[in-house]
Amino acid sequence: MSDKYTQFVSRGIGRDLAGKLGLPRPVELRRYTPGSPLAPGPVLVIGRQDDSQGKEAEALAAELLSWGLDVRRNALPKERLGAIILLLDDVRRPEDLEIPMLTAARSLRDLAPGGRVVSVSRTWESAADPAEAAARQGIDGIVRSVAKELRDGATANGILLGRDAGPRSPGTLGALRFFLSGRSAFVDGQFLTVSTASGSQPGDPDKPLAGKVAVVTGAARGIGAAIARTLHRDGATIVAVDVPAAGDHLAEVANEVKGTALQLDITVPEAGERIIHHALERHGSLDILVHNAGITRDKLLANMDDGRWRSVIAVNIASQLRINDAVLGSPALPVAPHIVSVASTSGIAGNRGQSNYAASKGGVIGMVRASAPLLAARGGTINAVAPGFIETEMTARIPLLTREVARRLNSLQQGGIPGDVAEAIAFLASDAAGGISGEVLRVCGQNLVGA
Amino acid sequence: MPEAALSPEEGHEQQGQHAPHAGVRKAVVIGGNRIPFARSGGAYTRSSNQDMLTAALDGLIARFGLQEERLGEVAAGAVLKHSRHFNLTREAVLGSALSAETPAYDLQQACATGLETVLGLANKIKLGQIDSAVAGGVDSASDAPIAVSEGLREVLLDLNRAKTLPARLKVLSRLRPKDIAPDAPDTGEPRTGLSMGEHQALTTAQWKITREAQDELAYNSHRNLAAAYDRGFFDDLLTPYRGLTRDSNLRPDTSLEKLATLKPVFGKTLGTEATMTAGNSTPLTDGAATVLLGSEEWADERGLPKLATIVDGEAAAVDFVHGKDGLLMAPAFAVPRLLARNGLTLADFDFFEIHEAFAGTVLSTLAAWEDEDFGRSRLGLPGAFGSIDRSRLNVNGSSLAAGHPFAATGGRIVASLAKMLHDRRRVDGRPARGLISICAAGGQGVVAVLEAYPAAEGVQA
Repeated sequence: MSDKYTQFVSRGIGRDLAGKLGLPRPVELRRYTPGSPLAPGPVLVIGRQDDSQGKEAEALAAELLSWGLDVRRNALPKERLGAIILLLDDVRRPEDLEIPMLTAARSLRDLAPGGRVVSVSRTWESAADPAEAAARQGIDGIVRSVAKELRDGATANGILLGRDAGPRSPGTLGALRFFLSGRSAFVDGQFLTVSTASGSQPGDPDKPLAGKVAVVTGAARGIGAAIARTLHRDGATIVAVDVPAAGDHLAEVANEVKGTALQLDITVPEAGERIIHHALERHGSLDILVHNAGITRDKLLANMDDGRWRSVIAVNIASQLRINDAVLGSPALPVAPHIVSVASTSGIAGNRGQSNYAASKGGVIGMVRASAPLLAARGGTINAVAPGFIETEMTARIPLLTREVARRLNSLQQGGIPGDVAEAIAFLASDAAGGISGEVLRVCGQNLVGA
Repeated sequence: MPEAALSPEEGHEQQGQHAPHAGVRKAVVIGGNRIPFARSGGAYTRSSNQDMLTAALDGLIARFGLQEERLGEVAAGAVLKHSRHFNLTREAVLGSALSAETPAYDLQQACATGLETVLGLANKIKLGQIDSAVAGGVDSASDAPIAVSEGLREVLLDLNRAKTLPARLKVLSRLRPKDIAPDAPDTGEPRTGLSMGEHQALTTAQWKITREAQDELAYNSHRNLAAAYDRGFFDDLLTPYRGLTRDSNLRPDTSLEKLATLKPVFGKTLGTEATMTAGNSTPLTDGAATVLLGSEEWADERGLPKLATIVDGEAAAVDFVHGKDGLLMAPAFAVPRLLARNGLTLADFDFFEIHEAFAGTVLSTLAAWEDEDFGRSRLGLPGAFGSIDRSRLNVNGSSLAAGHPFAATGGRIVASLAKMLHDRRRVDGRPARGLISICAAGGQGVVAVLEAYPAAEGVQA
């Protein structure tokens, strides 16, 4: 559900009025439902036209065709496009960007509402020389700018390839599918790095988590409940974890997703063992671990007390570190799971009155980056999702005017919904994202702060 | 120590000879779920028995992932029950996340309802008639049924049968003002007119149970229950409901001094010192409890825990109407019979769960077992039946602290005891063992023996 303003300006008189007054005109975003088409129209694949690249673009186009997409190598006049894919993985000099970008420019107005621009390029760190690094980093600026230029719920995002990944590595294709689909509705102006060729494409794209056992902490309500529902929809068996005091809501969620409820305070020392034991005893494996549980105890630092500081650190980051240690140290889990943590834009850009919360969420980002090699050694991944303004019970308590401003301060001019965060988590928890680790994906509609 | 009288090996052998259930399979307790118990007129005032039983059931389903499962059978009951809830348990099943193809029946044996559902269903599992079951009970003293008076009821029924207007007016003319007064339920015994508290006051006085001993039992109940909550014992036994996360009757800060200040409420006209207060008697309570039972195979197939086995059970009744025994003394007879059948003595138990209807009930029962004369004349034993190690009694609190929604108490005790037994596992080379004793209105009592599910020594199951 989008907010009332978005509904008002999405159609009829509201749309006309907002247009005349120059008010923000958010639209209802194209969101994923099982069976819905991957893109709202044909997909234009643009690459450099010289020999080697031509072949790579052809191969990628053939792959997209096999997904059931309608693919164009050259735009047809006045045809509505579902997406524009820019294959820019071989740019050597900034001048190389001109041809593909001006080709894209001619089709940008034909992009359908909810359409997508997705770039595929390489990280600047792996560049051979400064000119190549400049060309590659230039794409960063391009994608972020195009994201701000697009309207009607269309988004622009980029995929960055590390040294060991290619344009058709499983992680690249997985990220491409994610960005094209309605699963990425509230992800805008963001990059995901595919660092290795690990991972595999799903057998059934509508059930990418079939047969997986997923533990979700903080699952009783809000974003956690949405994560449980989304992972279940994608085929996973859910272990829903929350504090005993939230057990009634937890039971409702567990029964809805046909999983099991585990009433557990994640700050107790044995929490990791309890989670592992429950998942293995009841469901036979632990393939996905989502650290979602979190609390806020906001106070200006000048007024901070030890209770507020300590509880936020204990729940939001210390517990995750301890549970990850248990997972990595458990002989019962020879293969490490896909771990996804919920960070926050507060941990990236900071937020007044949230020094404790930002410490914990910044901590999550540090933990994810440093844990990636540890998990890689055992076949696992770890990533974070950083939600921006999401419409939840928590943000509904923000005073009206502040809330109204907060939800418009992004390129999509609206708040996200818990399901948007859940979709990003479901992707990062999937085998298709096997080559993606140590990443922080913002689900913020390209929020103006901290971008 | 009396334990020395029976070595573990002998114990096993003896048990084998006497076991009444040789050749049948085991019925195991997999786990339980209850909602916190609320003092009547409190958090659950607007909740019906069906609401509460459904909530307890849904929490159990969530804990063990039983959504859309067709279980063998669900049995539960309520003591105070609306006539419209004639199919209470089946309606709760239909309102729950279980498969609608799960059969259910209601059972009522006053305060023993919950334990009797466990024993009945465990027997079906042992016999191979069913593989899984949920036992339970619920009661609301807040949402109690109120009936119309007998006079009004007869008039209304005749009115329904009257065919003509004059006939109807004639029937209506029989109504008298006194017929309008509703008929609310109470805890009075139909055959004596005495309330349960007054009955217990007679027994308490007969066994010369002191006020101090009763207050101490109540104090221990609150202290033990509070400690159990604090260490998370109920984290996987309870699901919050309507804002309650703990039993609302629990007073963690109560003291013997505070309990000593309460005025007696029962037994004030007996000519002896009145000792029973609101502190050492259970209050009217609302709540529901459920227990998941299954065969070993059924639990194993689903990766579910096996906490304890239901070994055996026994019911007894006493002739309280003619004053031969106290109203709530039936367990004093049931336990010796049950233990004799199983070749056990009181020294063979690690946990005693004796339902605290009143502190006086527990203490009178223990006093009777320790009494030489009672043992010889009433139990037919050579002497006293025996005494228990009081440090093993109601170690995580009981009804005085938790409250007592009549039919829900059995489920509360069975699930908690099964978890305690599982945590203790083995004692002196044998499975940890627990005794449950529940007294009930009508001079009845139901008792049971549970054992920790056998796990190989040293194995952390």
